[in-house]
Amino acid sequence: MVDVANILLLLVILLNFFVLGSNRLGACIRTVALQGGMLALVPIFLHPISGHLLLLAGTAMVLKVFFMPWLLFRAIRMVKIRREIEPMIGYVPTLILGTLATASAFIFSDRLPLIEIHQGSLAIPCSLATLATGFLMLITRRKALTQALGYLILENGIYVFGVLLAEAMPFMVEAGVLLDLLVAIFIMGIMVNQISRTFSSLNMQNLSSLRE
Amino acid sequence: MLIKVYALAVIVMLFSGLPAWLIGRRSAIGERSSAMLLAAGAMAGLAATVGAVIAPLTEIDLAWSLPGGHILLRLDGLAAIFLLPAFLVSGLGAIYGLGYWPHHKRYATAGRLRLWYGILAAVIVLLPACRNGVLFLVVWEVMAIAGFMLILTEQEKKEVRRAAFVYLAATHAGTLALYAMFILLVRQSGSFDFPAVAALNGTTPIAAAIFLLALFGFGLKAGIMPLHIWLPGAHAAAPSHVSALMSGVMIKMGIYGIVRLASFFGDIPPWWGWTVLSLGAVSGVMGVAFAIAQHDIKRLLAYHSVENIGIILLGLGVALLGKSFGQPALMALGLAGALLHVINHGLFKSLLFLSAGSLINATGTRQIDQYGGLLRRLPATALFFLGGAVAICGLPPLNGFVSEWLIYLGLLHSQAPGAPLGMSMLVVAAPILAIIGALAVACFVKVFGVTFLGEPRKPLPSLPTEAPLTMILPMAVILGCCGVIGIMPLTVVDLLGGGIAAWGGAAGPAAFPATLAPVGWISVGALLFLGLTAILALLQRRAVIAPKRPATWGCGYPQPTSRMQYTAASFAEMLTGLFHWGLWTDIEKGEVRGFFPERSHGADHTPDVILDRMIYPGCHALAWVAFKTRSFLQHGVLGIYLLYSALTTIVLLYILL
Repeated sequence: MVDVANILLLLVILLNFFVLGSNRLGACIRTVALQGGMLALVPIFLHPISGHLLLLAGTAMVLKVFFMPWLLFRAIRMVKIRREIEPMIGYVPTLILGTLATASAFIFSDRLPLIEIHQGSLAIPCSLATLATGFLMLITRRKALTQALGYLILENGIYVFGVLLAEAMPFMVEAGVLLDLLVAIFIMGIMVNQISRTFSSLNMQNLSSLRE
Repeated sequence: MLIKVYALAVIVMLFSGLPAWLIGRRSAIGERSSAMLLAAGAMAGLAATVGAVIAPLTEIDLAWSLPGGHILLRLDGLAAIFLLPAFLVSGLGAIYGLGYWPHHKRYATAGRLRLWYGILAAVIVLLPACRNGVLFLVVWEVMAIAGFMLILTEQEKKEVRRAAFVYLAATHAGTLALYAMFILLVRQSGSFDFPAVAALNGTTPIAAAIFLLALFGFGLKAGIMPLHIWLPGAHAAAPSHVSALMSGVMIKMGIYGIVRLASFFGDIPPWWGWTVLSLGAVSGVMGVAFAIAQHDIKRLLAYHSVENIGIILLGLGVALLGKSFGQPALMALGLAGALLHVINHGLFKSLLFLSAGSLINATGTRQIDQYGGLLRRLPATALFFLGGAVAICGLPPLNGFVSEWLIYLGLLHSQAPGAPLGMSMLVVAAPILAIIGALAVACFVKVFGVTFLGEPRKPLPSLPTEAPLTMILPMAVILGCCGVIGIMPLTVVDLLGGGIAAWGGAAGPAAFPATLAPVGWISVGALLFLGLTAILALLQRRAVIAPKRPATWGCGYPQPTSRMQYTAASFAEMLTGLFHWGLWTDIEKGEVRGFFPERSHGADHTPDVILDRMIYPGCHALAWVAFKTRSFLQHGVLGIYLLYSALTTIVLLYILL
């Protein structure tokens, strides 16, 4: 069973690279949804099945696979954009940075003082790599929508950490994580609308005229 | 019993401002009862303090919820010396306020002023009795805040707000140093309670750190020369009786802190004494030099506070060196001089500020150059100002002479046979003290001459009238005290002996033996002087009075005008020129050339070298650098902000693992 979970986690890492390298927004949203769906399944393979676990996985599945992509697709339809153009750093450098970040995530997680069950598990490096990918997305992309995707990937990374603690972690904390995410998406959605309405573009750089 | 009277006095003073604050706007009863409460509290406190000098008192020791703190109050000889002027000046100042800052004229501010005045007075008289570090710091902070609120009395004026904030910044910088100092002190002594006299070793590096921190923290409050930045502005901005309380008493709490702290240490290295002595010399000479260059009477008096703090530090330096070299006579003379000057400065500086307040009330301005010929209009004010001026210049027969004489004796005593070379070097401070005295005389000749003598320079908005009795009476009492100390210094010998004993000298009459300082001779000299003056005055009255000349000799000008008189700037020009290397006066000189010169204009202005020429430009430069850095970092690109947090996370992880 743990093998299945590890395969899923590997796939999650691969999907990270797809998101980093792709400039089509629709594909990116679908990929992130797919990633979320895989991650929603991970706890079922990692831990003995219980009602709480199923509820957690179910909620994550609904939110990550159906609700958020729906929100994002709706946003795309409203603002009529399909592609991320002119990222701050090109796609190939981003991919190289992502590779470096993933490699260092593996090296780094070896050095972490983990408890025995988690040693050798792919969950920690996968989580760190996904976090780094999310950060990279946030830093390098200009469009509000791709940044929202970055947040989602970041949140996926945090979710993997949470999964490790799914047994120990109280339900409320897990719910809090999901709620955070929801708020982030809503804020992004509102921002997307507001930016496009005010500047008739979705370029986040327009926001820098708001400083001071 | 007496300590309870003392505690009660403090509490009464603390809440004395409430009636004026609450009902002062409706009736005059409010401010009168406030003044009476404060004066009554001060009287009771004065009685308790005098009792403490005669017989040692029990202490108050109450539990307190703050960690490390408990309420430990004890009155000893050292505290008594600082308490006497504090009680006297605060009580008299409250009465003076009735005439100077009455409710019916200062509708908006009088109540608030009384409230904070009571609080400031109460915490000032509480501070010397505190024997616990936590309690001390709490009282110290309340004192700082109360002072801030009092400076802000006329908060609608921009210069007042500026002065108040400079004060607030300075006092908090000092308090920060004091926190560090008390923490180090607790590491040495093991408890927040003050250690016993000479309980700690002064030669360790920690002791040196404690001493330097104390010198900084207390020195900021006392106004030692490089740290005096808040003093001129604050004293000028506050109402006069508040300036009197702050300059006469509050800044002495800084001196108290240094004196008290030095008493904790046994083996004091000589560099402590030399440091204090050099700071004293710098404060004294530069303080009076800056005073000469001022044209605002209250700023001028404020710089004289810096000068007098310098004189006190000279005495304290002598005492510290006496302790280091094991010379009890040197220690007794230096400390007696310093402590007596604390009392004296509290008296004559309050007197000067109060009479300056009377001048300001009568004329509506603080600029000396607008005064002139006021002797005839304000004879009582002139008398009190002259008394204060004679005292501050250290001239007999008033009290300033006695304390400076003791310090001179201490400085000259360093030439005792068999004295080590390091100690006999002390004598070089004597000419410095002489320079300070001479410059002070020059400065007050300038002030008194320009203000009270000659003719009025400009027509004032209304004819100046003499101050009411509520203002005259407090000044008369203070001048009387100055005279008593000056003519009969024997009255304070026991008080000073108690202070020296509490600081680590011998106890009882041996602390300050009459063989060291023959104070009795001062009385003889002063009485002879007074007698001679009286005889001369009588003779002159008997003599045939020559017919009064109609006008002063006009140097060949047929029609001299009052504008041809010396101004404050022109009188002081030679001295400010001599000290130009330290004053950096802005001179806007009107050159007069040729036989038929054009209309010309001349003025000079001396801003504070430390505050206006160093700290302000320094802060501006710092703000510029910070602004540039900010605009470099803060550019509004979200991605870069996220990069910052990512980099921070990476760095933190790297450090942690």
